[in-house]
Amino acid sequence: MKSETRKELIVSAIQNGTVIDHIPSYAVIQVMRILNLINTDLQVLFGMNLDSKKYGKKGIIKVRDKFFDDIEINKIALAAPHATLIEIRDFEIISKKQAEIPDFVEGIVKCFNPKCITNHEQVRTRFKVVDKEDLRLLCHYCEKITKNENIEFI
Amino acid sequence: MNMKNKSLISINDFNKEELLQILDLATYFEQNPHQKILEGYVVATLFFEPSTRTRLSFESAVNRLGGRVIGFTDAAVSSTSKGESLADTIRTVSNYADLIVMRHPIEGSARWASEVASVPIINAGDGSNQHPTQCLLDLFTIRQTQGTLDHLDIAFVGDLKYGRTVHSNVIALSNFQTTFHLVSPEELKLPSAVKMHIKSNNLKYYQYTQLEEVIPKVDIIYMTRIQRERFADPIEYERVKNSYTLTKKMLEGSKENLKILHPLPRVNEISIDVDADPRAYYFKQALNGVYVRQALIASILGLA
Ligand SMILES: [Zn+2]
Repeated sequence: MKSETRKELIVSAIQNGTVIDHIPSYAVIQVMRILNLINTDLQVLFGMNLDSKKYGKKGIIKVRDKFFDDIEINKIALAAPHATLIEIRDFEIISKKQAEIPDFVEGIVKCFNPKCITNHEQVRTRFKVVDKEDLRLLCHYCEKITKNENIEFI
Repeated sequence: MNMKNKSLISINDFNKEELLQILDLATYFEQNPHQKILEGYVVATLFFEPSTRTRLSFESAVNRLGGRVIGFTDAAVSSTSKGESLADTIRTVSNYADLIVMRHPIEGSARWASEVASVPIINAGDGSNQHPTQCLLDLFTIRQTQGTLDHLDIAFVGDLKYGRTVHSNVIALSNFQTTFHLVSPEELKLPSAVKMHIKSNNLKYYQYTQLEEVIPKVDIIYMTRIQRERFADPIEYERVKNSYTLTKKMLEGSKENLKILHPLPRVNEISIDVDADPRAYYFKQALNGVYVRQALIASILGLA
């Protein structure tokens, strides 16, 4: 209970909206970018390097009066594979969802191939996810694979 | 498959039946190469990097069908050199032609062009990515020489690492129960992703560093060029280059039905004493490119 109280001091509770929990701290800004929370009128609270039983340290984002659809949720799985989305109405948790790696990824990841058209002209990147375990993205344009360790967000 | 108004971008877009359908149509054009079905049609050939051989083959195909060709042969004369985007060039040329054939050094450029063009695109090579008409003409040639594509023993020789043609052929041939014989220097072996593709189709491949031992085993030898720039050490290049030159003498003991293919241009991978040998087939292979391109152009324009 004591640690709960302390957490509330750092990132205060919200009445309605979404809490995105279990984000690696380094990915918090990335997740905010993917969800278009950087230039928004919504109230956004976030924290990094918070204590987590599961992961040691974690990041968290709270967005007031906003609920995300599954397509948006799955986009963040690339940056935060273990993220949990908690929907809150009147301070009550009404649902918990796990982000899942989607089948297709559009407009959020760079193609690793420097000779790819997407790195030369204004072309929205498009990938088919060919391996969800070991994250491998097949570029729709150059047909090359971008591997997990080479993923760079736009 | 109805190809009308569809772009031809990657060999990976075709399944076995669709590949065979194109080859059958190419056989029809082999028997009837001169037909005026393209009268009144304009085909643009946009070569953002030069490739005289491929361009002439396409232009011959269009001309033999009675169509007209517009275009450029090198990006320096196009508006690209003034900084125009590929998308803008393609949108503009879409107004002037019924079909665009393009070659471009950037990978994925043809797929992108097909998404902005209002007319179909044929990819005549996008960097090291795809060159589907080359692959189709190779399949056509293999079938023509062997009477079938099924259950053949095919050797690929030379640069199997960077050779786009080899990768596409291996992937397309995996539809036909091919046994692959892969001959290359250690540093230019077939990439593991392509080998995985062979395995996932439950097919066999064997790797060699010596050309001689593979010759008696195979129905087709597909030679490719080894480029100097692939080697850090020039001495290593000289050594490798000479050990992958096919000579007439090496062909003793080959199968009767063996045919030798090469996407051309040849440098020194095949000694000229092989040219007159009945097993040499690379110049006929180039002619087949015209039939395959006639078939593709006619079906994309809805004329066949
Ligand atoms: Zn790409």
